[in-house]
Amino acid sequence: MNKLTSRIDKERLFLGIAAPVLAIVAALVVTALVILATGKNPGPAFNDMLTYGFASDSQVYILNKATTYYLAGVSVAIGFRMNLFNIGVDGQYRLAAFFAAVLGGALTLPGWLSVLLILICAMATGALWAAIAGVLKVTRGVSEVISTIMLNSIATAIIAYLLQPGKLAQLQQGGTVVATKPLPSAAHFFTINTGPAGDLWGFIFVAVIVGIAYWFVLGRTRFGYDLRTVGQSESAATASGVSVKKMIVTSMIISGAVAGLIGMPTLLNDSYQFSSDFPAGIGFTGIAIALLGRNNPVGIALGALLWGFLERTTNHLEFQGYDKEILGVIQGVIVLCVVIAYEVVRRYGLKRQQQKVGAELAAQAAATTKKQEVA
Amino acid sequence: MRRVAKLSAACIATAALAVTATACGSTSSDNNTGSSPSGGGKGVKIGLAYDVGGRGDRSFNDSAARGADKAVKDFDGSVKELTAKTSDTEADREQRLSDLADAGYNPIVAVGFSYAPAVTKIAAKYPKTSFGIVDSVVDGKNVNSITFTEEQGSYLAGVAAALKTKKDHVGFIGGVDNPLIQKFEAGYVQGVHDTKPKVKVDVQYLSHGQDFSGFSSPDKGQQAAQGMLDKGADVIYTAAGSSGNGAIEAVHGVKGAWGIGVDSDQYNIPGLAQYKNSFLTSMVKNVDVGVYDFIKSVKDGKPLTGNNVYSLAKGGVSLATSGGFINDIQPKLDAAKKKIVDGQIKVKTHP
Repeated sequence: MNKLTSRIDKERLFLGIAAPVLAIVAALVVTALVILATGKNPGPAFNDMLTYGFASDSQVYILNKATTYYLAGVSVAIGFRMNLFNIGVDGQYRLAAFFAAVLGGALTLPGWLSVLLILICAMATGALWAAIAGVLKVTRGVSEVISTIMLNSIATAIIAYLLQPGKLAQLQQGGTVVATKPLPSAAHFFTINTGPAGDLWGFIFVAVIVGIAYWFVLGRTRFGYDLRTVGQSESAATASGVSVKKMIVTSMIISGAVAGLIGMPTLLNDSYQFSSDFPAGIGFTGIAIALLGRNNPVGIALGALLWGFLERTTNHLEFQGYDKEILGVIQGVIVLCVVIAYEVVRRYGLKRQQQKVGAELAAQAAATTKKQEVA
Repeated sequence: MRRVAKLSAACIATAALAVTATACGSTSSDNNTGSSPSGGGKGVKIGLAYDVGGRGDRSFNDSAARGADKAVKDFDGSVKELTAKTSDTEADREQRLSDLADAGYNPIVAVGFSYAPAVTKIAAKYPKTSFGIVDSVVDGKNVNSITFTEEQGSYLAGVAAALKTKKDHVGFIGGVDNPLIQKFEAGYVQGVHDTKPKVKVDVQYLSHGQDFSGFSSPDKGQQAAQGMLDKGADVIYTAAGSSGNGAIEAVHGVKGAWGIGVDSDQYNIPGLAQYKNSFLTSMVKNVDVGVYDFIKSVKDGKPLTGNNVYSLAKGGVSLATSGGFINDIQPKLDAAKKKIVDGQIKVKTHP
């Protein structure tokens, strides 16, 4: 019996690894074909990606980017586990970062206290913005896909309205950039100096904590169990006494609160202010990364690192004379391949399982008939 | 069993993070020492980092490209061009500039105000390289800030629009409602009203705040222009990067309507040739002159630094006369220009 379980686990592990490996190999092949089609040689391109991508300053860049992407992936994944498609992560984090930056610029408190207040403000803003979509869904039956997309546009408009000189922002030197008041240096988050490779953002530790909390809450608590149950079958959840409406609003709020953290590594470790060129669109990157990591805390981390690696190295490919659009091609192909590969592997696994169960049942049936014959 | 497996997986992941966090190995610039830039020239090596849209936007970036092209020809130089993406973060812009600096390009010109923070940081890291930034001001011993008085040129565009409109109704389309484009609007509106107070000016921005798509969406430009034409405007000034290509298409479809181009002399842009008879004029922002001057100064060993303002008086901005459509009102334009240069008219920079 013991032998049997270990064998099944091995197979599960194999199937689990097969899907992402299959996807990345397929993506590499497609990318190589695309580069060939543009009349260039893909060999040196991949070679350059490897040497450049593993240089120490690239590692720091990738980890810093992955910090942001990881938070985005987790935020989206919380909704996914519940069968909620929170497309509004984008608007939630931008609005959260904006108000956090405004608050941070106005604060004159001891460092750790203002960092804490900024984080709370960001999480609360993100949570409130996401809650609108959650409440609309349970009270009015509005699809969260529609409402969150619209809330993204509203967030853009609110920021555009308030990010004006004389309102909540000021004009920078040169008269071309509007930004919120910079955070006092006491409110900067710590960074780790790695010498010539640059500064590693301390926020990476917050991201790791968020990842552990995500794993613990979803996998080890009653709440997480309820959440996953609702995601798999609403009727079954209702039957077992879970209030589906309450779960929808709660999970939107949690997803929004994590979304509020997405802009924080940039704000507290890098820009120290919110200007019109604050990175946008990371919420959508988060969707791709959550898909890539199959909502698994470790998987999302790998997805985020892969994304950072691709961005770093394809930026350099442009420098080497390849077309910069190659990045979009690789990323798109990877996501597509991942979705297809997981489905293929899932079906294959299902078939294997059915075969095995069938074989076991047949063996059992044969055994009983034998017993009967003996008796 | 599974719990242990998951726990150990989490531990391995954290350990892997910790290992990479120590950032082992050499930096990319160390790896880079052997490579030499492509392009045959042995003279000045120019690095150009474009804003979103890049070479071929028929407007702002193209103007910078012309300056660099001229320098390449005159000084037997070579040029390396990189282009921004809409999804760029600060780190991407910094990477673009430091890649150029690492490869030995000097000078490096950053086209567009979004590069300001990146230039501040990278210029300090590479003190021996000369950096230029267009449309923003950056402090630094090795930085040349190239700015333009767009409001003055736009004032003249406003004067031309007011004199040419038959319906006393004109329009302004801006790419994004940021302070830079508001300079265009402010000057234009003031120019129109100083000339003919009763002319109505419609103002529309294609995108707002963080959404920079207004600089690269010809479809939005076309819709906005069509809307203004339908409401009765007959001269439309568009300051919106490549979105202007859509606006002029709409203007071209209405007989008697005029468009005013921006940044480059759009009458002479080959890609827009089919619409050229609809360009009343263009508010030319001579980014090419700024870029060329800067490259030349570096080549001569006396790099420009500080803030170099290319004003109307210095020919940094001007109205294009290609096509001859404004020849009849030239005396009035010259008079307005003189008043601005002499300081009799102060043009607002904010609407």
